[in-house]
Amino acid sequence: MFVIFLFNAIRFSTTFMFGCTGETITEKGGNLNLGIPGIMCVGAVGGCIGESIYLKSLSDISRINPFLAVLIPILFAMLFSGALGMLYCFLTVTLRCNQNVTGLAITTFGVGFTNFFITLVDRTNFNVASKSFTKFFPIQDASNWFVKLFLSYGVMVYLAVIIAIIAAIILNKTRLGLNLKAVGENPATADAAGISVTAYKYGATGIGSAIAGLGGLFYIMDYLNGSWEYSIDAMGWLAIALVIFSIWRPNWGILGSILFGALYIAPSYLNVSFSQKELLKMIPYIVTIFVLIVSSIRNKKENQPPASLGLSYFREERY
Amino acid sequence: MEKAIAIQMKGITKRFGEVIANKDADLDVRKGEILALLGENGSGKTTLMNMLAGIYFPDEGKIYIDGKEVVIRSPRDAYNHKIGMIHQHFKLIDVYNAIDNIILGESFYFDEAANKAKIASLKKPEGNESRKEKFKRNIKLLAARLEKAGAYIKFNWLSRNRGEDIRAIADKYGFAIDLKKKIYDMSVSEKQTVEIIKVLYRGADILILDEPTAVLTPQETKRLFDVIRNMRDDGKSIIIITHKLNEVLSVSDRVAVLRKGEHIATVNTAETSETELTEMMVGKKVVLNIDRAEPKNPIDRLTVSGLSLINKENVKVLDNVSFTARAGEILGIAGVAGSGQRELLEAIAGLQPAATGKITYFKPESNEAVNLRAKTPTQIREMGVRLSFVPEDRLGMGLVGNMDIVDNMMLRSYKKGKFFFVDRKKPKSLAENIIKSLEVATPGTNIPVRRLSGGNVQKVLVGREIASSPTVLMAAYPVRGLDINSSYTIYNLLNKQKENGVAVIFVGEDLDVLIELCDRIMVICGGKITGIVDGRSATKEEIGLLMTKGRQMEQSPSTVGQRG
Repeated sequence: MFVIFLFNAIRFSTTFMFGCTGETITEKGGNLNLGIPGIMCVGAVGGCIGESIYLKSLSDISRINPFLAVLIPILFAMLFSGALGMLYCFLTVTLRCNQNVTGLAITTFGVGFTNFFITLVDRTNFNVASKSFTKFFPIQDASNWFVKLFLSYGVMVYLAVIIAIIAAIILNKTRLGLNLKAVGENPATADAAGISVTAYKYGATGIGSAIAGLGGLFYIMDYLNGSWEYSIDAMGWLAIALVIFSIWRPNWGILGSILFGALYIAPSYLNVSFSQKELLKMIPYIVTIFVLIVSSIRNKKENQPPASLGLSYFREERY
Repeated sequence: MEKAIAIQMKGITKRFGEVIANKDADLDVRKGEILALLGENGSGKTTLMNMLAGIYFPDEGKIYIDGKEVVIRSPRDAYNHKIGMIHQHFKLIDVYNAIDNIILGESFYFDEAANKAKIASLKKPEGNESRKEKFKRNIKLLAARLEKAGAYIKFNWLSRNRGEDIRAIADKYGFAIDLKKKIYDMSVSEKQTVEIIKVLYRGADILILDEPTAVLTPQETKRLFDVIRNMRDDGKSIIIITHKLNEVLSVSDRVAVLRKGEHIATVNTAETSETELTEMMVGKKVVLNIDRAEPKNPIDRLTVSGLSLINKENVKVLDNVSFTARAGEILGIAGVAGSGQRELLEAIAGLQPAATGKITYFKPESNEAVNLRAKTPTQIREMGVRLSFVPEDRLGMGLVGNMDIVDNMMLRSYKKGKFFFVDRKKPKSLAENIIKSLEVATPGTNIPVRRLSGGNVQKVLVGREIASSPTVLMAAYPVRGLDINSSYTIYNLLNKQKENGVAVIFVGEDLDVLIELCDRIMVICGGKITGIVDGRSATKEEIGLLMTKGRQMEQSPSTVGQRG
């Protein structure tokens, strides 16, 4: 029973693990992208469009190639969400709009865009295509707890963990990460040191958004087995809360995601009424507020948000 | 002997909107010399240098390096031309240690030509070689081909023992610094050292220092000048921007003077004098002395006794401070920056409610004693205490950068007016008055104060504070970053207040000025008062000693506490 609970928690958490990693990368570059919920929606619809195009090209559904059935939607999801991230960047970095307002606008736009275009996507046979997502390792022995907990997920679960670990390594161990964090902390300093602030901001936001978009795709194609649900943006807000919860560390974000996932699905495993369930679903947000308070009381410089988060940079600004 | 010219700037013009920062300015810097760049505030010194450093791009004009014309579009270009600038406001990342700050933004360099030559030589077999030799040669060839990738990975991967070559540079020029220390744990002079090592590490031959001594003690300044002379003897060119004429005369080889964005003249330091330089800077003869009148009828106005304060980081920033400020007298406060001056003034102004001890104000009309401790600024004002405070952080605590001059005047009077409508007429005429009487250079009353230069911002702030006709006027570093002319305007304003019977408390950093201006000088060190001396008989050395008394004792426990 507990193994199944943990299995489902990890599976569910993958959605916002993508979102959290993507948003952490973005925020490390100093962009507070509140458009993540919208970007995850657009990633989902982009992936569905890709899957639909691929399925249409098949003469017979039984000739489906599992590799392509996963890869094509992933590429489409990253393309769509990355493009929306770039739009955000164009507005905030090049045109120097307010980041909060732009982010919220992107979310509203992304959700609307998704809700409209998903009606135009032909989703027949998506349940078949979804099987390519949910099976990765050939062994699926439900009785062995080790196999169940570590080897029985779909490919994107492993992908999420790998991306988070790579992101953590790049941020902490490489010059790329050093430069990116400098841009987020103090763009004027980074600029004077010869770092292209604009390039780093575009790069971080574009890549971060593309990663976040995968979260939306995973939610539809893996977690919901190919059926559609209009609740991806809720996962997006959880992802943003998670960035704070993990104090801007992608590796902690993995554990944070699993904890959030467990808290989110726990009510279904408890014998409680519907209204109590909704109350219990608030726990992740309360935990986030708690973490914010604790990290702010402890006031350790390394655990604070990037210093110039949410601010635009213009080199010739006079102070 | 004429030295070769390293950099030449010709006909440089830079505009910010309607404001012309530099107009047709020329400048040349020779190899192995220290050039001082002198000018009033807003005369475009920093702007001109920022164009060399790639922060700004000139609208007109040309820059030549070693006789060749160059275009500097970004800081990276500047580094490529071996120009490094140490900005007035340090450009360092607080949460990084010294090493990470120094290697930040470094670009990857690989000697392609040498690698190609190596590959080419390995490709050719050496006469008749055995199979074993051929195999060895091919392995070497493969290694050579992968050399670039290897160097790239090594460059990008931040290993734990990095920073050995930085250590070498620090040792060469005699910098004593802990490279693993985080910037937020560092003192101002340590931060400056990191900045200097950074530009040296990036291979700069031309170093620009923007007001490097503004925040240093006399001893630290001396050490910095020794380092600068060391670098000059090493063949590097150094441009130093400063307002302090005595420093210009003691350290530089030549002086270039700017006025209103134009280059006036470049003279040899040995052949000039303080008065000549001032004349060139200001464009007219100025009298550089402060009249210090004897205090008239000095009665106690403000008494502080046993004031202590522990800040949020649990460090004791004020320790049993006691003194008296008298009406019609200027009380100077000397001390190394961050010794508790700021907290002391804030405690008096009602911004540090946690302070313990006594702060007593004596009303001028009745000599009635009023307690000021643990009162908010509004309460203090409502008790009829006319206290003015010119904080060191002008645009943070004193003025609102994005608001115009009139609105900033209203910060003092927004509660006046009918019903909930504010009265804008009086602040507007006050603003116009200040602009006229203090010669504030501004296009009008409606521009955000953040767009004014530092000196003009300060004039607006001091003007507003004086306009409320205070009985106690506290000013923290009111001339920081101001040119001579504006500084003397401020000194005269303070003097005038003193003559009007105001108790003036002046926190300063230039000891010469403190000695010339103040009636009494109180020295603070590590939150403790180490002495109160008479301004008429005190010497610089005496004050300097008091400033560092017991400093080592104070510092070590607090830094240990912060790190843990």
